Order: sequence, then structure tokens, then C-alpha cells
Amino acid sequence: MKRVIVIGGGVAGMQAALRLAEEGCSPLIVEKEPELGGKLRGWHVLFPSFTPAAEVLGELKSRVVRSGIEVLLSAEVAAVGSRSVTLADGRRLECDAVVVCSGFELFDATVKEEYGYGIYDNVITSADLERMFDEGRVAKADGSRPSRIAFLHCVGSRDEKVCQQHCSRVCCITGVKQAMEMKRLFPEADVFNFYMDIRMFGPGYEEMYREAQQKYNVHFVRGRISEAAPTIDGRVQIKAEDTLTGRPLRMSVDMLVLLVGMRAGATNAAFEASAGLRRAPSGFMAPRDLFLGGTASPVEGIFYAGTVTAPKNVGETICEGIAAADAAAAYVKNS
Amino acid sequence: MKRNSWSDYQKQIADDKYYYARSCIRQNFFPGSEKAMLDMLRNDLGRDIFDDPLHTSCTGIGYHSDIVPLETIMTVVARQFALMHEAGYEHFISSCITSFGVYTEVLATWAEFPETEERTREYLYKATGRELHKPASLAHTSDVVFHHREEIAAKARFRLVNAQTGEPLRVVEHIGCHYAKIFPKSGIGGSEFPYVLAGMVEAWGGECVDYPERRHCCGFGFRNYLVQANRGYSIANSHKKLESMAPYKPDFIVANCPGCAMFLDKWQYAIAEMEGTTYGQNGRGIPVLTYEEMAGLVLGYDPWELGMQMHQVDVEPLLDKMGVAYDPAAKYLGRNGKYIGKPDSAVVNCSAQDTIYDMKR
Repeated sequence: MKRVIVIGGGVAGMQAALRLAEEGCSPLIVEKEPELGGKLRGWHVLFPSFTPAAEVLGELKSRVVRSGIEVLLSAEVAAVGSRSVTLADGRRLECDAVVVCSGFELFDATVKEEYGYGIYDNVITSADLERMFDEGRVAKADGSRPSRIAFLHCVGSRDEKVCQQHCSRVCCITGVKQAMEMKRLFPEADVFNFYMDIRMFGPGYEEMYREAQQKYNVHFVRGRISEAAPTIDGRVQIKAEDTLTGRPLRMSVDMLVLLVGMRAGATNAAFEASAGLRRAPSGFMAPRDLFLGGTASPVEGIFYAGTVTAPKNVGETICEGIAAADAAAAYVKNS
Repeated sequence: MKRNSWSDYQKQIADDKYYYARSCIRQNFFPGSEKAMLDMLRNDLGRDIFDDPLHTSCTGIGYHSDIVPLETIMTVVARQFALMHEAGYEHFISSCITSFGVYTEVLATWAEFPETEERTREYLYKATGRELHKPASLAHTSDVVFHHREEIAAKARFRLVNAQTGEPLRVVEHIGCHYAKIFPKSGIGGSEFPYVLAGMVEAWGGECVDYPERRHCCGFGFRNYLVQANRGYSIANSHKKLESMAPYKPDFIVANCPGCAMFLDKWQYAIAEMEGTTYGQNGRGIPVLTYEEMAGLVLGYDPWELGMQMHQVDVEPLLDKMGVAYDPAAKYLGRNGKYIGKPDSAVVNCSAQDTIYDMKR
């Protein structure tokens, strides 16, 4: 059987491995964390259907187990080639093809110092909030219920000051989803979303955005927050400009949620250097062709799936896992 | 405040052999501060600091008011650097925040656009016959005091502590906009959570308060003040800051910019006159110090030698808290013992010899 190494055990990697097994290949998932799941671990529910993330992850994981797919955990990949993968500990794994599903990094919100993440207790990220949802405990740092919540879109996306010019795509709908969840938990709370553009690109997204406004009374303010500061009563003062009315505004909120964007994977540069691959200006890996070779790399035998090439939602990522696996299976059969 | 990012913003601050560039306006507002800086560096810390009578204004106020063109200010800056080199120094330190911003901007412009440096060299040579030599390091004088803060702490005669209660004094630290808001990496701690003054305050026993308008400009803003019709903007900014910090009951404000210290001090009098509002725990205003005055008090300098009688808001309540001894009768005696005059009584002047101004009467 042809050996295909899948780098990354997130949703793209698991789906790619499953498809490779169906195609008669022998996949090996190499995952740097001690368990499979990638960034979806700890995520609560998925937009736009509010499907529990654990439902999707659980199904993929159990199918991986049922299929008897070989998994190597806590193993970091240092270099990649079309016929081998080298781990950080020096081990070299031979193979017939590689599917790179190494994903993305969450933008580090401390870089946007003006929002005080890591300094002010009630400034959190969308990932923190999702974890709080998942743990069933959403509250201010002192344990009390928030009565006014602000979401800030595009933290680490479309921001030249932090060298992240690309749109992370999924943060807008995540902001809408999380705002609705907050209104469900705290119906009496005022929830504000500060945005520069709302990009509702997926099926059901626009409807969800409308529902957030009409049914949940979430307020959308077109303007970015310039800074956050503490108030004497433990709240967070924010300043922004409402660009539709052309007026500056200042308000105090109980929680400020920063919708952090998707950065290119930390290992992309090493993969590029070791295999002669190409990265886009955003740092994400550049596929061979944006239209006819979206899951192929410029190097024969190396394929891509998921957010290693660009920000994507979970559905698109899983579909790419299938597409990349098909391409890899066809390659190893013909080589 | 959980400041945890300041250590990411470090820069080279020389330990000795400084070329000192004075501020145009500080001599008028806080006349003892620059002398205190020279005295501390030379006498208390044993460092070499050269106060060059040949250097001029950096022309920063004219530059930011669109009166002095970029090419001119670059040439003036080049002349200051040439003078530094001729005097045998290579570490340039600036007393003024605006000047520091100008020097930083000019050096960055030369680095980014080398042709502007070449043109400036030509202009300088044609105008003065001097050669441009760029400094090995550039720092603001507050950076230098920050650099020596532990050495000063070791020699401290007073700490920023309430002598009666033993509690740390609560300090509002205000950073001039041109220190790091233009080039965040040029300041200790960057632009959002600068640590240059906070580091001194913490090293000398005080604690800083973080308040909602901490980052807000004092309101000087050049055009805000230089154009008389715009002065409402200036006082509105100071008013916003004072209103925001008042609930935290600060014992004093310390600033590292000549304009900020002046406006946060003097506008308190104007606000008292205009609105009947005074700030501070005793309702007599919040004293505003320069960092040299703060360091001088810590080192045991006489407050009147530091020029603190020139403040709009009286500093005696702060001196009493710190346990600093002072002679009330000597307050308005100049360096030669000659009476220099004193301001009319006002609500922000509350020392024993004054009659408290009652603006409601």
C-alpha cells in the first residue's frame, strides 16, 4: 500500500486521512499536539447552525479510530519533502506523498496593545469566549453577569499595522454567532458589534446577521475601537467612531471581546524552505493554481488541505480534505 | 496594572558621557528642572553631561506649526549633531519631548530616505562649514533618569510614600505624545503602556494609577494652544483628563513633557476660575511635577531650589505627605535671597501664607 503522510490532525487532516484510507492508501497522521482535533478542540458551537463542535470532531475522531488509521501524536514536523517528512526530533518518515494540513495560528491579541488584552481582566478574545461557552461559565472576571458587551471585529485581520492585510473571513460570522449566544445567556444585556465591513459570505450567514439584529437586537456599529482603558468600577472604557453618523463615541462595557483573526501557520516558512514550496504575501501557502490546482502545491507529491492555504470555515476545510486526498491518491497510483 | 509588555520595548540608553540639548520652554515653566538634571547627573551620579551653549532650538514648535520647513529643521538637527561631535560626545539626550520626537523623526527619515541625509549634509556644510556626524544613541532625558532609577533609589533620602501612613503615593504618570506615539519603539514600554515614568515611580516606592483617559493628550497640541481661538480645545483636553483621574485620588501628576506639565498644572487654575471645580483630595488641586523635580525630591533637594514655587498648584501638601522639610518663608526668595514676588491667592494656592480664594464670593 502506498504510504501518505498527513501533516496535522485537525478536521482537514482527519478527513484527508479518512478519504485516503477509502482510496486504498495507508495514511499516517502526524499531529504536534497530544490529541487530534486541532483548533476546533474547545470550540463550542459552529455557525450558522449552532451545531456543537464536539459533534463534528467526535464523529471524525471515531471514524479515524474505526478505520484503523495510524496516528503519531506529539510529533512536530520540521521539514517536508515529497517522499519524506522529518520530525523535530530528527526522525525521518518515508512516504509516497504528503498532504499538508497544518492549519493556521490565531492572531495574538496582545500585539494590539491598545486593547489591553492580557492586562485588563474583562478584555477577552473570541477563542477565550468560545472556551467559556464550552465550559458553561460565561461571566466577568469577578463572576458577575455582564450587562453590556462589545465585540470588536478584525483584530489582526485587514490591519497593515500588524502586517496582516488579509481578511480572515470567518470572524464576522463568529462575531454574529457569539453575540447571539451572549444575548441568549444574558437577554437583558446590550450587545454591540464594532465592525469596518460585515462580510457574510457563506450560506445562511446573511440570514443569521439579519436575525441577530431583528430578533436579538444586537447593535452593529460601523467603526473600529481605537483603545480600551479600565474604569474605576472594573469596567472597560472604549472609544470608537461611528462612521455612519460621523460621530465619535465613548462607552463603558463589562466585557470587550476581540474577534481575533487567522494568521498563517507558524511552520509554513520551514515547509517552504525545506521543500521549495511557495508562500503567498499573507504567509499562507500558495497552491499551484487558484482555480485548477487549489489542493496541489508547486512540488509533485505535496498537497494542501484546509487553512494552510487561506482562512476557511469548517465545512470548506473538510471538503478540501476530501479533494486533497483524492488528488494525492491519484498521484500515488500513477507514480 | 498588569503591565507586562514594557520589557518588549527597550532601547539603548548610554550610561555616561551625554551631550545635553535643552528645551526652549522648560526654562520658563519649570526653571529648576534642567539645572536639577545637570546637578543630579554630575554631583549625585558622577556622570559626564555637557551643557553646550552653542546649541539652538530644534525649531520643533515652528515645524509642527507649519512655519519651519522639513529641510530647515533637518539642517538645524544636523548642526546640533555636528556640535555634539565637535565637543567629543556621541550620546545625544534631549530635555524636550517635542525635540526628542523631532530628532527621532529626522533620524528615521534619513534612514528611510538616504538622499535626504545627503542633501542635509550639503545644506549644513554650505551654511555652517560643519560636518554631520550622527549620534551613537539618542535618548530623552527621562530615559536617562529611568536608566539610573535604581542608583537614585539607592541614594534616596525620601521615598514616594506617605510618611504618615506608610502607604505608597498614588501617582498619575503622563507621557508626552511625541515621546512614543509617533515611533512606539523609541520609548521605554512603547506608546500604549509606557514605562519610563512608571519605572521611576515604582522604583522610588510609589504606585501608578491607570485611569480611563491615561493615554489622552494633555491638550497642548501646538495649534490648539498657539492659535488663541483654539485654546478651548486645549483646556477641554486637560479637563477631560483631570475629570477622569480625579476619582482615583492621585497624590500628584508627573509628566515628561514641558507642555504637558505646564498645561496640566496651569489649566487647573483656569478650570477653577471658569467652573469652580478643583481637583485633588484637599480640593486645592493636584500637584504636577516634572520627573527631575520628582527625582530631586527623592534625592533630598530643597523644593525651592528645584523651582517648585513656580507651580500653579502648590506642592506643599505633597511635601508634607512625603515628609520633606521646607521653609515656607523662603518659598519666594530667589537664588540670591531676593524676593521674586508671589502669585495672587487662588483656590489652587493653599500654602499657609495665602488667603484661600473663594470664587463663589
